[in-house]
Amino acid sequence: MRFRDEYRDPAAARRLSDAIARTVTRPWTLMEVCGGQTHAIVRFGVDRLLPDGVTLVHGPGCPVCVTPVEYVDQAIAIAGRPGVTLCSFGDMLRVPGSSGDLLGAKARGADVRVVYSPLDAVAVARKEPEREVVFFAVGFETTAPANAMAALQARREFLGNFFMLVSHVRVPPAMEAILDAPGGRIQGFLAAGHVCTVMGFEEYEPIARRFGVPIVVTGFEPVDILEGVYLCVRQLEAGRAEVENQYPRRWRGIGDIPESGLGLAPAYADLDAEGRFGAVPAGTEAVGECISGLVLRGERKPPECPAFGTRCTPERPLGVTMVSSEGACAAYYRYRGAHAAAGAGA
Amino acid sequence: MCLAVPGKVLSVAGDEPILRTGRVDFGGIVKEIHLAYVPEAVPGDYVLVHVGFAITVLDAAEAERVLEALETLEEPAGEAAP
Repeated sequence: MRFRDEYRDPAAARRLSDAIARTVTRPWTLMEVCGGQTHAIVRFGVDRLLPDGVTLVHGPGCPVCVTPVEYVDQAIAIAGRPGVTLCSFGDMLRVPGSSGDLLGAKARGADVRVVYSPLDAVAVARKEPEREVVFFAVGFETTAPANAMAALQARREFLGNFFMLVSHVRVPPAMEAILDAPGGRIQGFLAAGHVCTVMGFEEYEPIARRFGVPIVVTGFEPVDILEGVYLCVRQLEAGRAEVENQYPRRWRGIGDIPESGLGLAPAYADLDAEGRFGAVPAGTEAVGECISGLVLRGERKPPECPAFGTRCTPERPLGVTMVSSEGACAAYYRYRGAHAAAGAGA
Repeated sequence: MCLAVPGKVLSVAGDEPILRTGRVDFGGIVKEIHLAYVPEAVPGDYVLVHVGFAITVLDAAEAERVLEALETLEEPAGEAAP
C-alpha cells in the first residue's frame, strides 16, 4: 500500500538518520512508550540508524503486558465456571497467571474464545442467551471507546448475560511513574500517535513541564519514529521540554468519551464481572527469574536477561513481555534471534 | 492487541449514528468495521482501525505534504523544517 511504503523509504530514513547525527552533541536516552513502536524499532533496525550515545529504551509497551496477574487469575477462574464463556483478545490467552494461563484453561475444557473486537463478545452473548458471556476488557486509552461501546450495546439490547472484567490502564500515569522512579534515566519520550488519536495530547503537557522532558507524539513506521527521535533530540539539545507532534496523520475529536470510560460507570455496574463473579483480589506480583518488570520500566533490555532465548521463548514464555505480540522480549526474539546481543544498537 | 491498522472505506451502512458500520479494505482483506467514532467518514476515506472500530480518518493529502517536507531535511540541524 502506497500509504505505508512511503514511511519505510530508505532515503527518507537515511536523511533523518543524518540529521540526528548532526544534531546531537552528547548522549541522550529516550523511551518509546508503545510496544508497536518497539517492534518497528527492532524489526527495521531503527536503533542501529542512530548515532552512538542516542539510546532508545523500551517502555511499558502494551496493555497485555501490564494487566495485573490477579486479573488473569480471575479470568481463568471465571472461565472455569460451568455455563460461562470467556471472550478475550487473543494476546491475553498465553499471559501467565499465578498458575497457568487462559489457553491452559481452554485445554482443560473451559469455554474460552478469542474475539477480534469487543462487539464480537456482545454477539456471542446475543446468540447464546443460555450462557453467561464475560469479555476480558483490557486496554489503554485506544481501546476504551471500543470497550465502552460493547457496554453500551449490551445495555441497549438488554442483554442480561453479558459481563465485562475490566482492567483498563492509562498511559500518562505510567509515564509519570517511570519518571518518578529513583535512578530514572529517561530524558525524552516518544509517545504513541494512536493513543493521542483518542485522547489528544493535552494530558502530556503537565508531564513535560513537571519533569522537564520533551514528549514527541509519533507513529509506528520507521520514518515516523526516526523523525520523532530527531524532534526529541533537537529539543534536548536546545534545552526545550515541550509536547510536539510528529504524527503526520491528522486526528480529530471523536465526540463524547466520558472520562469514566476506563472503568464501568455506576450506571453500568450490572455488567461488571467482578460484581457477578467476585472481586479481583489485590495481590502481589510473583517474583521469579523473569525480569519483565524491569523491561517494562525500561531499566533492562531483553537480551540482558539470562533466560532470554533459552529458558524463555515465545513458545515457553516466563513473562508477559515474551508472550505479547507487542512485548519487547518477543520483538528481540523475533527480529534479532535467541542470541541477540545485549545493548545492540545502543 | 493495541495495534491500529489503516484501511480504505468501501461502503457505509446503518441509519443510526451509533450503529454505523462500513466495509473496510485492508490491502485485500475486507471486514465490517464500526464507524460510530468517525461520523465524517465516507467511502474512499482511509481510516485507522483498532479492535473493529475506526478511531480516526487519515488525511492522505496531509501525509503526502509531510513526506514532501521530509525531502527538504538536507539542511543543517536547527534550521531544518520540522
